Amino acid sequence: MGLGTNKKTSPQPQVPRHNIFMNFAAQINSILAALILLTAFGLLVQRRIYGLLHLFAWQGLFLSISTGIVGYVSNVNHLYISSVLTLVLKVIVLPYILHVLIIRMQIHKEVETVVNIPTTMLIGIALVIFSYHLTAPIIEISTLVTKSTLAVALATVMLGLLMMITRRNAVTQIIGFLSMENGLFLAATSATYGMPLVVELGVALDILIAAFIFGIFFFQIRTAFDSLDVNSMAKLKEED
Amino acid sequence: MSQFELVLFSIIILLSGLVIIPLFARYQKLLIYISFSLTALSSVLAAAGGALAVANNFNQSVTIPIGLPDLPVHLRLDPLSGFFLTVIGLLSFFVSIYSIGYIKAFVGKRSVTHLVIFYCLFLIGMFSVVLSDDAFSFLISWEVMAASSYFLVMFEDERTENRRAAFLYLVVAHIGAIAILLSFGIMAGAATDFKGFSGYTFDAMRQTEFSVGWATAAFLLAFFGFAAKAGVIPFHVWLPEAHPVAPSNVSALMSGVMLKTAIYGIIRVTFDLIGDFPWWWGAVVLMFGLITALMGILYAIMQQDIKRLLAYSSVENIGVILIGIGLAMIFASFEMPLLSALALTAALYHTLNHAMFKGLLFMGAGAVLHATNERNMEKMGGLIHKMPWTAVLFLIGCVSISALPPFNGFASEWLTFQAFLLSPSLPSPLLNLLIPLGATLVALTVALAAACFVKAFGITFLGHWRGGHNPSPPFDSPLAKGGYRGVKGGKGGLEVDWFMRSAMILTAVSCLVLGVVPTLIINWIDILPEQLIGSRIAASAGEFGWLWLTPIAHERASYSAPIVLIIVLAVVLLAYILLHIRKAAVHRAPLWDCGFEKITNRMQYNAASFSMPIRRIFGFLFSIREDVRAVYPTGNPLFPKRLHYHLKVRDRFWGLLYKPVADASIWISRKVGKLQQGRIQMYLIYSFITIIVLLLFLR
Amino acid sequence: MSQIYPVIIEILQIAILLIAAPVFIGWIRMLKCWSQGRTSAGILQPYRDIAKLFTKDVVLAENASWIFRFTPYLVFGVTVLVGAIVPILSVDLPLSATADVIVLIGLFAIARFFTALAGMDIGTAFGGMGSSREMMIASLAEPAMLMAIFTVSLVSRSTSLSQIVHVITSKGFILRPSIAFAVLAFIFIAIAETGRIPVDNPATHLELTMIHEAMILEYSGRHLALMEWAGMMKVFLFASIGIAVFFPWGIAPKDNLIYLPAAILFLAIKLCLAGTGLVLIETGLAKMRIFRIPEFLGSAFLFATLGMLSYFILE
Repeated sequence: MGLGTNKKTSPQPQVPRHNIFMNFAAQINSILAALILLTAFGLLVQRRIYGLLHLFAWQGLFLSISTGIVGYVSNVNHLYISSVLTLVLKVIVLPYILHVLIIRMQIHKEVETVVNIPTTMLIGIALVIFSYHLTAPIIEISTLVTKSTLAVALATVMLGLLMMITRRNAVTQIIGFLSMENGLFLAATSATYGMPLVVELGVALDILIAAFIFGIFFFQIRTAFDSLDVNSMAKLKEED
Repeated sequence: MSQFELVLFSIIILLSGLVIIPLFARYQKLLIYISFSLTALSSVLAAAGGALAVANNFNQSVTIPIGLPDLPVHLRLDPLSGFFLTVIGLLSFFVSIYSIGYIKAFVGKRSVTHLVIFYCLFLIGMFSVVLSDDAFSFLISWEVMAASSYFLVMFEDERTENRRAAFLYLVVAHIGAIAILLSFGIMAGAATDFKGFSGYTFDAMRQTEFSVGWATAAFLLAFFGFAAKAGVIPFHVWLPEAHPVAPSNVSALMSGVMLKTAIYGIIRVTFDLIGDFPWWWGAVVLMFGLITALMGILYAIMQQDIKRLLAYSSVENIGVILIGIGLAMIFASFEMPLLSALALTAALYHTLNHAMFKGLLFMGAGAVLHATNERNMEKMGGLIHKMPWTAVLFLIGCVSISALPPFNGFASEWLTFQAFLLSPSLPSPLLNLLIPLGATLVALTVALAAACFVKAFGITFLGHWRGGHNPSPPFDSPLAKGGYRGVKGGKGGLEVDWFMRSAMILTAVSCLVLGVVPTLIINWIDILPEQLIGSRIAASAGEFGWLWLTPIAHERASYSAPIVLIIVLAVVLLAYILLHIRKAAVHRAPLWDCGFEKITNRMQYNAASFSMPIRRIFGFLFSIREDVRAVYPTGNPLFPKRLHYHLKVRDRFWGLLYKPVADASIWISRKVGKLQQGRIQMYLIYSFITIIVLLLFLR
Repeated sequence: MSQIYPVIIEILQIAILLIAAPVFIGWIRMLKCWSQGRTSAGILQPYRDIAKLFTKDVVLAENASWIFRFTPYLVFGVTVLVGAIVPILSVDLPLSATADVIVLIGLFAIARFFTALAGMDIGTAFGGMGSSREMMIASLAEPAMLMAIFTVSLVSRSTSLSQIVHVITSKGFILRPSIAFAVLAFIFIAIAETGRIPVDNPATHLELTMIHEAMILEYSGRHLALMEWAGMMKVFLFASIGIAVFFPWGIAPKDNLIYLPAAILFLAIKLCLAGTGLVLIETGLAKMRIFRIPEFLGSAFLFATLGMLSYFILE
């Protein structure tokens, strides 16, 4: 009756592993995808800035485990490296940097939102449905075990973007941006069992650099406007 | 006598009533007895004929050679029209009994002759709408129905609000009628390839395979035309204006059954006349249904006027019915006849149920209005002590409409939910994800309906009297003499007479019966989905006998209203008896006042405060104006003497949709008005120019 | 002979419901006392409270009508009926076909409807306030509840509780994100429906934060006893519904009385854990402001919806 029942019973991995493990791994992987989606929504509705950081770290953790499992399932060894890289970078380093930033700039009050939270939630649900609709044709032709997480990956990207749109604080903007990157990473692992290692290393480096640039950028914004509210950048617009 | 003759006979009785009634115009009381007995009789006949037609799968048409030459009137009694005849006939029977008691109060105040005449015409209109078998007689009946109800709304025409409401009603009804006319025009034209007009019979339309474009145009026009009549949001604004100001018996009929003729129209056009449709038509109906249901109930909760509240709640229920129809259309277009039959059955069942409980509630509101001459709930309270019968009956209506088992509202909404829960079997992934969200909107609606009717009953009948009485015609309220405390006869001092009471009792009993034996009802209406969709559900729904309702399969879901009723009653009785073996005294004591000692009736929660949390959460859907003004005594600027609180909740659609149109039409009429010169020569010039232009075209 | 088993189980189950509900509440209160460093009144204190109330005279408000007096009996009756339908011990209940989950929600709605009316009957500001808030919370909980049911019915193809138990226990354990989300949503909803912290505080009579207590403020004597008892059964039943839908392993299958003792043992263990979980939530969280509750129930709705979506997307 439903769509999903017979989908996961016949996985066709490129390099087959033992079937029971495969099934179980696929189940774990879909749980992890669900958790990533949940954290993406959590980022969208969380009011406190430390809560955002924690959620972001959790998202990174789930992503890292998921990458590891995909690596195991597909027998693609460099995915283990990506997994460890994700763990170090997104669960430890980046949250730490942001944490330091927050302490340095003394922002720990509630996050201001542009759109109210229930509405954001509903828009988020609509985005998930939309991304499922978009990826449905790809999922049909894909043969990978992880294909079903593609929709989640796309949804995570969109939710990250939505978060950047609906929040005003610059720190929340970077978290939204990083969460978007998490979504892209998940898409890469789920659609094609990961990008080549060189590309991934490059992306990781990029993100690290981006974080530093953002940090400098924050200080600049704050010295210029005395606030991290990105809306104050509207002052930069030239008056006619 | 066959079913058809029964029905035709009932219309003949009403027609003869039109002749007889004016003869008694001088004896108003007698007139009321005679005319309403006639309408009650004809309603019973119509209901019986309709019910038999459904039960026996009767299908026959007659052609009556009256009207224009070459355009005879075609009438047909088939199960679909039989079902709606039953709904209309049953409620109008109850309401006719009720009217005897209700209308008597007008005797001596104003003439009721024209009210009675239009009441008869109104019934004739409704009966013949569902019997018509060609576009021509359908539209004429439609107009008779609309025009007579216009005059009924106008009955107390000395009030401005009544005239305004009636006018608005007339305008929207006619815009709707134009859309319906165009739709029939398209179908009739397409049936004969736009040559000749023999396509105006429904038979001709039925036999035609419409092209996609024409079918879509016809469907959309018909849907919006009927939607305007049914009060589908955003075409609903006339409804909460017109229904409350009509006399309550008429409001009961308008809300309970007149709206259903539009549902009939939608079903007739889509399932019967067009027959073959793409899934997105169903999605359109479903979406309008969802919006209507949710917004309708939210607006209802905001109301302070009890009849307006009921009117908005009718909007909600029309939404619920449309949801069932929309689901049925979606399932049908994906070739799932069984599920489609389930959804359609839910919609039809809800149609019948809504007629009963909404009729009951309007009659109850009429009884309150009759006793207190007040529609504003803020000025009522505690009426359960003075009107015990009305209170119980109104409560039954509230319980039914709030979808609480084992009453009838629950049975049909439960079926709707079951239809929703089966939607994952649709082969479209997108619909799979979207339809559950629709189901949650229905759940929200149902829960809000319960909140709404806790408010309606609680504020009106419970607590203390909130003071205020308005001793003005047309009713000789006992309140007019000594206020609430001066009501003679202590308990039940404000109770209405036995005609009104017995009508309400009958309706309340039918609410319970319809809720307790859903399998029998489904068995009865099973022929409709069979004819319209080609599948029936009674076999699976009644698989385990009449006691158990198992819509598709017993392992899927089951419900047994009789057992719920019996066990709850048994446990209640048992607990009562066990706790009353040992005599424990019952003391009466004053309320706990928190040591404040000055607790007054004005400190109760009232209608506005009850709905405050919901107003706050869903406030963005309304245009709300709240003014708080404090009055300070001179010399003491810290402690305000009194606070004035003004709240105005308005329909957003009025400003968004209607006001621009109204303003534009006024603007245009101003411009056109310049043509008016008052000089005969100018008018001759206009005619002359027109003739010349026409001649040029015809050359 | 086997015709009689279901009837025995039915009676046994109602008896367990009536007896165990106060113990369950006693357990929760005891744990709560311990967690807050207080001495508890013992696990049987709820019995003593109810027994005391039953022997007391009834004091009615001057203005109370029959609705006020009828409501406790109705609420009690409806709750017992729900207890007869939920598979607490075994799926082999003769009454289980009377109602599926949606009807159960309807039955709880009856109790709530009349409790709200009783709150308004006496005509105090508190009663109306409680009724108004209760109806608001109930309205917002309903969509989330339906979505959770939808998710569960996607997996089990049924909304009948006995059938859900049967399907889930016979299929074996599968990790399903959809069910995980549904559990989360259900916990949120159950907290809201049974009026526990952070939505409502069952122990408070602090005037402005009351919801459920505000409605039953004027009750006394046997009426209050019935209301309290029904309230305890409601908490017990929500725990049992949660167990039946999400952790049904241990509920006795059809036609077998041998499993019953084991089922009772499993039930006791699961309820102890459920009570502990509830106490952890209640001590860990503070009561919310009333207008934060929509967000709380909004997240319940979000969880349930994600459950439904992940069923289609991930499974």
